Amino acid sequence: MTKPLLEVEDLRVRFHLRTGTVEAVRGVSFHLGRERLGIVGESGSGKSQTGRAILGLTPPPGDVTAKRLSFDGIDLQTASKRTLRQLRGGRISMVMQDPKYSLNPVMTIGEQIIEAYQAHKKASNAEARDKALAMLEAVKMRDPQRVFSLYPHEVSGGMGQRAMIAMMLVTDPDLLIADEPTSALDVTVSMEVLRILDELVSERGMGLIFISHDLKLVSSFCDRVLVMYAGRVVEELEAKNLREAKHPYTQGLMRCLPTLKDDVRPLPTLNRDPSWAL
Amino acid sequence: MLDIQNLNVVFGTGRLRVEAVKNVSFTVKQGEAYGLVGESGSGKSTVLRAICGLAPITSGRVIVDGKEVTTPRTKDFYRTAQMVFQDPYASLHPRHTVDRTLSEPLAIHGVKDAEARILQALKEVGLGPSFRFRYPHQLSGGQRQRIAIARALILRPKVLLLDEPTSALDASVQAEILNLLDDLRRQLGLTYILVSHDLAVVAHLCERLLVMRHGEAVEETPSDALRSGLATNEYTQSLIQASQGFTRNSSSAAA
Repeated sequence: MTKPLLEVEDLRVRFHLRTGTVEAVRGVSFHLGRERLGIVGESGSGKSQTGRAILGLTPPPGDVTAKRLSFDGIDLQTASKRTLRQLRGGRISMVMQDPKYSLNPVMTIGEQIIEAYQAHKKASNAEARDKALAMLEAVKMRDPQRVFSLYPHEVSGGMGQRAMIAMMLVTDPDLLIADEPTSALDVTVSMEVLRILDELVSERGMGLIFISHDLKLVSSFCDRVLVMYAGRVVEELEAKNLREAKHPYTQGLMRCLPTLKDDVRPLPTLNRDPSWAL
Repeated sequence: MLDIQNLNVVFGTGRLRVEAVKNVSFTVKQGEAYGLVGESGSGKSTVLRAICGLAPITSGRVIVDGKEVTTPRTKDFYRTAQMVFQDPYASLHPRHTVDRTLSEPLAIHGVKDAEARILQALKEVGLGPSFRFRYPHQLSGGQRQRIAIARALILRPKVLLLDEPTSALDASVQAEILNLLDDLRRQLGLTYILVSHDLAVVAHLCERLLVMRHGEAVEETPSDALRSGLATNEYTQSLIQASQGFTRNSSSAAA
């Protein structure tokens, strides 16, 4: 691997609230090449905030600091708002969790993809339209022409999620951040969405950050996994070596899932050790 | 305990007519846990909602505890069967304390010893009396689902209808809730009907399950058969495969 695409060092996200300061992300460091990186953790572990901080999407009153936060040589902390706007959606894209809330309800899916494309690329309306249709086809929509003119409420969850992936990938980004892209979907549909994501990522040689709470899914999909607990990375490992996880938290997460193969009862639960959060 | 014969549920008329459930039949014995599995839109939740009166029964018979259900359902029915919903963030009243949430069913059914019943219910779901006067926003997702289960159990029903009780929860919390449901079933001799899209969860909790697709029953199978991979139906097989996690197909594996 040559130069990493994304470098994050000592990333911290703090929320200054009336009741005191909450540190949601506490010193996360990692680097990413053109590979698939998974971030796993429970709700509240700071995995989503890590993804958002990279894009500068931390909601106020959040406060982001890092020793180093650079994307392809561009320092994201000192970059102007203009540069950031160009990066966001152009070279770094983010797929959100729930298509119901993240698509614009009063624009057709086609218009939204065109808007995303024209915001970053100079293209005539006809060109953008062709590109949008091609993209809808790339995410395996059965009838791209029809989906193009549908509103988000007229499509199913799986289709909405694929439309969002189409919108995010239409600009050919270098880095895709997928924040629980399949949690709102069915198992069978989510496999389909993942397959599409997988193909597009490997075809275009993108970097992918895949944020999820599903350890099993992440380990089967990604190359490398970061396990987060209470705002920290407690373990980083190759996905294929997940079985050899050392940290008790990772081991606990692995064991507490019911499996089809063997029947364990009661299921082992996580005994959270306060020292993990230190 | 529960007998469903040729259940049909139809929504809308004319052009908007949707047959959500088509000719589904199954029986569940006392003390058994029965699973309904399928993708969204397969009608699995609608079956559950039709049983407890949240969806219309267009034709067919639903017999609960030896009695055919009436529309609207009687108070007696709700003392026999109670429902737990998917999202504990949405199914608890945000401005009612736990105490008020739990005392409402007791008040409706005119139960006298409310105080003792509430404390007992909290104990059953593994929460202490300190949770009694909290609001839902002061509870975590798992704690909320415990309250929802306590609310369902407080009338001492015989049947619990569980609609994706763990899909809104984290993996580690899911294990806790599944253990709780397992224990409660043994202690109280409950009958469960569990709806979930997660085959592993259904196989863990239930003895038998029905796979549904497009409103129709595809296959009924004991969960042991699922474990040993004996499912005959192609659709069931694809569900089993999907639950094993992501697998790269040959073309992208080569890339």
